[in-house]
Amino acid sequence: MYDGGKIITGLIIGVILLSFPFWYNLGKAAKFPEPKLTPKAKQAGQCVETKVYMKAHHMQLLNKWRDDVVRKGYRLYVGLNGKMFKMSLQNECLKCHSNKQEFCDKCHNFVDVKPYCWECHIEPKEAKGGK
Amino acid sequence: MAVDRREFIKIAGVSVIGLTLGPALKLEEKVEASEGKVRRDPKALKGKRWAMVVDTRKCEKCKKCVAAEACHAYHNVPKIPDPKREIKWIWQESFEHAFPHLAAEGEHIGEEIKRRPFVILCNHCKHPPCVRVCPTKATFQREDGIVMMDMHRCIGCRFCMAACPYGSRSFNWMDPRPYITKENPEYPTRTKGVVEKCDFCAERIDQGLLPVCVEACPEKALVFGDINDPNSEVSKLVEKHFTLRRKLELGTDPQVYYII
Repeated sequence: MYDGGKIITGLIIGVILLSFPFWYNLGKAAKFPEPKLTPKAKQAGQCVETKVYMKAHHMQLLNKWRDDVVRKGYRLYVGLNGKMFKMSLQNECLKCHSNKQEFCDKCHNFVDVKPYCWECHIEPKEAKGGK
Repeated sequence: MAVDRREFIKIAGVSVIGLTLGPALKLEEKVEASEGKVRRDPKALKGKRWAMVVDTRKCEKCKKCVAAEACHAYHNVPKIPDPKREIKWIWQESFEHAFPHLAAEGEHIGEEIKRRPFVILCNHCKHPPCVRVCPTKATFQREDGIVMMDMHRCIGCRFCMAACPYGSRSFNWMDPRPYITKENPEYPTRTKGVVEKCDFCAERIDQGLLPVCVEACPEKALVFGDINDPNSEVSKLVEKHFTLRRKLELGTDPQVYYII
């Protein structure tokens, strides 16, 4: 092999550079944020559906709610254990989850989704004006 | 025994039906299952065609139906000073603006009537042109006749504003929030780029409440009810008194009646 030393050195430098992001960030993975519950939400013990369902499908549920409420005039939802809920983001969801920054924004920011609910729906007062 | 071509096609055909029909039926079940969880409020007012009667003989110029604790405050309607950009759900108008064809020269209408204030709001037409032109079905008509907007779907094309012969609709040229002095936390605001108008307080009706303007009027000049029900107050009023409706000749069949 001609210039074997140079080639191998080059290869080693190349591999180090290419793999730099991997070992540089090793063990520093951003922790998935844990949404915080308000005391009121904790006390209630359950949401409209199971926690697992809400975690995975709250966006589909809210989408369905908005069509049912606005377009069909249904206003109530029979949740877990037959408990009745008003189908309203502003007047039901956020009455319990009044800590929008800690509950909604934390995860939404982490996964970089920007729901435009808040352009019209009014967020609870305590979350206003930053922390 | 070998399967011949004819036999093979038969089996394949049956298999395709079996494979597709199953999931299709299952999907149907899923939709229905979630459908069964929503309910109407048992307190909701029931009506086949909501209408409003405005008794112009009783109406003072107080505008309590519009401002203060009534419509515009309740629905977070911004107060924008520029008349080209202002947003209105309900307002007062002069006779010649409310009934231009009757106010035209040569029409003999009493001076006293011409001086009365006229409360103007969406007419919730039986044949609403705004609903026909809306490309996204953001504006639609409920079964009870209310012409309503789904703000989530509005793309701000303003076809509905061009179609409405009554000027009942306003467009949000800018973010309305800075122009709302006191937000009602129970009701959403609107955003830049959507059209809005009176919705006969559909969400209050669904909870068994009357529209805010009706409740706010100190003279009881605004009456709300089901015009299809002959025993309702609106039907009785319309039966007893002569009423005008705005631009009836256009065939939209407006549902706001003005007692003269």
